[in-house]
Amino acid sequence: MIELKQLTKQYGKARTLTTALSELDLSIEKGEIFGVIGHSGAGKSTLIRCINLLERPTSGEVWVDGKNLTLLGKKQLQAERRKIGMIFQHFNLLSSATVYDNIAFPLRLIKTPKAEMERKVSELLALVGLEAHRDKYPSQLSGGQKQRVGIARALASDPEVLLCDEATSALDPQTTDSILRLLLDINKKFHLTIVLITHEMHVIQSICDRVAVIHQGGIVEQGPVTEVFLKPKHEVTQEFIRQELDSGEALRLAMQGQANSSSQAVQITFLGSKTYDSILSHTVHETGVNFAILQGTISTIKETPYGQLIVRFEGEERAIEETIRKLLQQGLDVEVIH
Amino acid sequence: MLELDFTQIDWKEIGTATLDTLRMLGASALFSFIIGLPVGVLLYMAARSTSGLVRFGYSILSFIVNILRSVPFIILIVAMIPITKSLVGVSYGVLGTIPPLVVGAAPFFARLVETALNEVDKGVIEAAHAMGSSTSQIVWRVLLPEARPGLLAGMTITIVTLVSYTAMSGQVGGGGLGDLAIKYGYYRYETEIMILAVVLMIVLVQLLQMAGDRLVRHFTRK
Repeated sequence: MIELKQLTKQYGKARTLTTALSELDLSIEKGEIFGVIGHSGAGKSTLIRCINLLERPTSGEVWVDGKNLTLLGKKQLQAERRKIGMIFQHFNLLSSATVYDNIAFPLRLIKTPKAEMERKVSELLALVGLEAHRDKYPSQLSGGQKQRVGIARALASDPEVLLCDEATSALDPQTTDSILRLLLDINKKFHLTIVLITHEMHVIQSICDRVAVIHQGGIVEQGPVTEVFLKPKHEVTQEFIRQELDSGEALRLAMQGQANSSSQAVQITFLGSKTYDSILSHTVHETGVNFAILQGTISTIKETPYGQLIVRFEGEERAIEETIRKLLQQGLDVEVIH
Repeated sequence: MLELDFTQIDWKEIGTATLDTLRMLGASALFSFIIGLPVGVLLYMAARSTSGLVRFGYSILSFIVNILRSVPFIILIVAMIPITKSLVGVSYGVLGTIPPLVVGAAPFFARLVETALNEVDKGVIEAAHAMGSSTSQIVWRVLLPEARPGLLAGMTITIVTLVSYTAMSGQVGGGGLGDLAIKYGYYRYETEIMILAVVLMIVLVQLLQMAGDRLVRHFTRK
């Protein structure tokens, strides 16, 4: 659906030249929710703005729905942009227009007949749950309501892609969750491709199918969220996940405890339905090994349950080896920690 | 002690002068807005162009606007006599005052328009671009509606400034309240008529300012 090829964006000239993106490749499938996470200044904002050419890349190609946008003329680009909805961190609604008129904005651009427009806007108001606010001005709405107007406006032209530029960063945690749920609903209902950028792992974990980690203008790691989240490889990714799980220090303290020769710390990862099975307890029962939980999380990634435990097995060395082998056999992921 | 006798005032003359002031104000304000608005939009757009040539055009237009704004109005009236004559046929009276008033006020208003447009949230303009708006759609559907309170405030300032400009039109026999105050009060020591003319001008400015403020408040949604 979206293909970025060798995308490079530089600002300034000669001495002040800074590179925001360098030869970045990215491919996003139709119908998926793709997250890009990175620190501020990593280039994620430039990246999402290059997809609808709000920023023109210095070199490289931007393909959306089979068209190379960088080659289009002004008129054609305007037509293509209508198929790409966008929502923003600061909502960017017209302050001089009502909720209704804001949502109708993209429809007026293409001179939609009045009856058709009325029907469409009413539908969208119902979708985002703002029927009661149609004649209010943005200044009379809360942040979450403003973003709902933003989402309705972005959907008015029946886009195939929705770009979310830090769409929840200005919202409190509860409102963030309700907006994320709305995005997930929309993704399922309209089979809409969603690209979002964020600096919060929580956002990625809640709704994304795949994630790319951007650092210093390049992608350092990407893959399905379950994979990247549970097995982060790059240190930037690990840092983002540590923030979310708040391990680091606490784990170090736990590990310092009574480690001795007949014990072994391991990280066990459960995924999907196995998360809720009593595999661990059955297995240690069979092998006669005891365990202490040093740290653990049971949660979901998008709608997939997962668990990740760090436990210390205590017992005979052979019995511990046997335990690990059995756990692996049952499809869990076990990693020995030294 | 200064003795004032308001019984001797020629009310008909006051009436004519008030009407003349209103006619000069109305016509010059109308044309200043018609000319100043597009020039202001042009200044705003040109300053943001990616083309070096257009930005060079901006500096030239901006320079012309600055020149017109720095020429004292009294000099503008005299300097423009030939142009005024070819435009409206005469270079004196109410009609002959309107072209210099417009040339004096339109660049001033254009700057105020540019300033008002600069205040429009960049994010909203970016959102409009993202939705596939053309340049003219951005001007008509985003810039002008979003800047409406600022534009109305600019119109108010311009029209109030024009009130004081009209007083100088007496130099070319323009008439109006300001002219009356100078002719009778200053040259003939008829203090009463001077005071009355000045009071009427104060009332006029007050009314205009109040009306403008009210409109600005009505359209402010922030």
